[in-house]
Amino acid sequence: MNSQDPQVVSRRPGFLTRDALQKFFIVLSQLGYQILGPVVRDGAIQFDTLSTADQLPRGVSNDQQPGHYRLEQGDNQRQFDWNHGPQGLKPLCFSPREVLWTEQSKPPAFNPVPPSIEPTAVIGVRACDLAALAIQDRHFLSGSDPDPHYRQRRESLLLIGVDCARSAATCFCASTGDGPALDGGYDIGMAELDEGFLIWRESDKGRTVIDQLDLLPASDAQLETMLQSTTQASLAQQRSLPDSDELLLLYKRLEHVHWDNVAERCLSCGNCTAVCPTCFCYEASHEMSLDGETAQMIRQWDSCFSSTHSSMGQFQVRSTIKQRYRQWLTHKLAGWQSQQGRIGCIGCGRCITWCPVGIDLTAETVAVLEEGSLDV
Amino acid sequence: MSRQKPKLAVHKFSSCDGCQLALLNLGEPLLQLPALVDIVHFAEAGPSDPAAKVDISLVEGSISTPEDVQRIQQVRENSEILVTVGACATAGGVQALANFANRNDWMSAVYTEPDQIETLQTSNAIADYVKVDWELQGCPINSRQVIGLLRDLLSGVRPREELQPVCMECKRKGLICTLVSLGEPCMGPVTRAGCGALCPAAGRGCYGCYGPAEQVNDASLLQRFSQLGLDRQALARRFHFIVNQAPAFKAAGERLKGGSHDRNA
Repeated sequence: MNSQDPQVVSRRPGFLTRDALQKFFIVLSQLGYQILGPVVRDGAIQFDTLSTADQLPRGVSNDQQPGHYRLEQGDNQRQFDWNHGPQGLKPLCFSPREVLWTEQSKPPAFNPVPPSIEPTAVIGVRACDLAALAIQDRHFLSGSDPDPHYRQRRESLLLIGVDCARSAATCFCASTGDGPALDGGYDIGMAELDEGFLIWRESDKGRTVIDQLDLLPASDAQLETMLQSTTQASLAQQRSLPDSDELLLLYKRLEHVHWDNVAERCLSCGNCTAVCPTCFCYEASHEMSLDGETAQMIRQWDSCFSSTHSSMGQFQVRSTIKQRYRQWLTHKLAGWQSQQGRIGCIGCGRCITWCPVGIDLTAETVAVLEEGSLDV
Repeated sequence: MSRQKPKLAVHKFSSCDGCQLALLNLGEPLLQLPALVDIVHFAEAGPSDPAAKVDISLVEGSISTPEDVQRIQQVRENSEILVTVGACATAGGVQALANFANRNDWMSAVYTEPDQIETLQTSNAIADYVKVDWELQGCPINSRQVIGLLRDLLSGVRPREELQPVCMECKRKGLICTLVSLGEPCMGPVTRAGCGALCPAAGRGCYGCYGPAEQVNDASLLQRFSQLGLDRQALARRFHFIVNQAPAFKAAGERLKGGSHDRNA
């Protein structure tokens, strides 16, 4: 029965015991990859370099609520029982702050500053983060002039995804169609079971690694657990977004009174955009040396919640918090549909969790779309 | 050289000297400075000519004595460009906390012979007395700000102002939000960036020493902090702290003390 399930057919996973995870790490190292994986630091899941599988958190899950993030230590052995920390893959490809080039006046020259890059295996990547990466790829890499720094970093990655076996209270990827089960965009897939991992290759790059692991055959019961886990995680989600067509109606709600209601709570701090794995706005500026002989062109994450984002000369297009929140939400959920071919939200819920005052994108959207409040 | 180097003065008023240290701590660029400007007055570093006419004056400290009032007029007259640096010069400094109290009562409580102290009733920003051409916010300011300012002034362009809140610096540095992950009240969302998110990097909330960010939504902050156990008066004290006289912080603190939540009131 299970062997006929389309997901099982396409994955054809093998089984890796929990103790054998270290073998996986050794193979990755031997193939020349540095390994980035989840660690618990400063009370949150963060990606950092790992040398052994023992460094992975054990029994750690997360309680995520609007404006609230806490890790919880359980007594199980699971190493991927958490959902995510404040950042996914975004900072790995789209650097938060980087020097693009340096300039000098004597003799006049522009010197490119290529990012320092080594092949990197990222373990513990979630379906939502892969969906977000695909959106960022479209933004930075499509067209005739792809972003060279982004491309170099992106091409250095080997992505090892993990199905989400549980959802945080702020997750709503099921409604955007981006999770909780892995669905493309990765190299190696994993599903965590109590006794170990189901593991499969998704790309040719991943096959090189998988071929060197002595995987055991997966049992029917294990395959059933894999399927059940993501189904349960999906059913457990408490939040959702309306479908794409309905979200286009946001453009007919530009004068809705609820924007004022959000603006009373919004701090315009930009946290939502900084943790959003699809937000791609940046600012670039010169930093000159005191003597004026050299300069650096620096690019860093910007936010549509900052005053400079909509400044043109001395004129600011969006000076109020209301205008900025409305711009962010309508662009992300409606504008992106024509620009990017889909909505700009992948349902990770980070903007809800990491908003200092707990503004809930899903609730605000529904409130703005509410029937009877159409006023244009 | 066809053109004379611009003359620079660094004047001190009521302050702790910490902002002048941002100049002395420039590191290698400090060695470039004498090739770019004539430092004619900078008592803390050596040169002393307080009455010199200069192209650029950097002014540290607040106005808190009758003598200060006279002296700042002279500095203004002698300066082509006057830039205030730090929380004292731009907003009265931490010493302006006394503006909320009766200064004479405090002096009587502290000094045995308060009559011998000649002071104004308030500590004020330089801009309350003379025209100021540019401001560097921060307590204290840092070397990066000084380099940016001087370079822009020497190039004849408008200096670049930091307007984003501390949150953006935190996120770019990969720091974990203390408010969300620890439930610790943090002034970062309403405070201007520039410090490099020093306090959040040490795992504690922001004090607000770089002054108000462009948007200060104190009503929403109060709502959130109340849930975290910080009441209205405590939040008012956080606004009325190091940069208590900056208009946005001063007004926010007064709204909170007065019981009005309405930021548009």
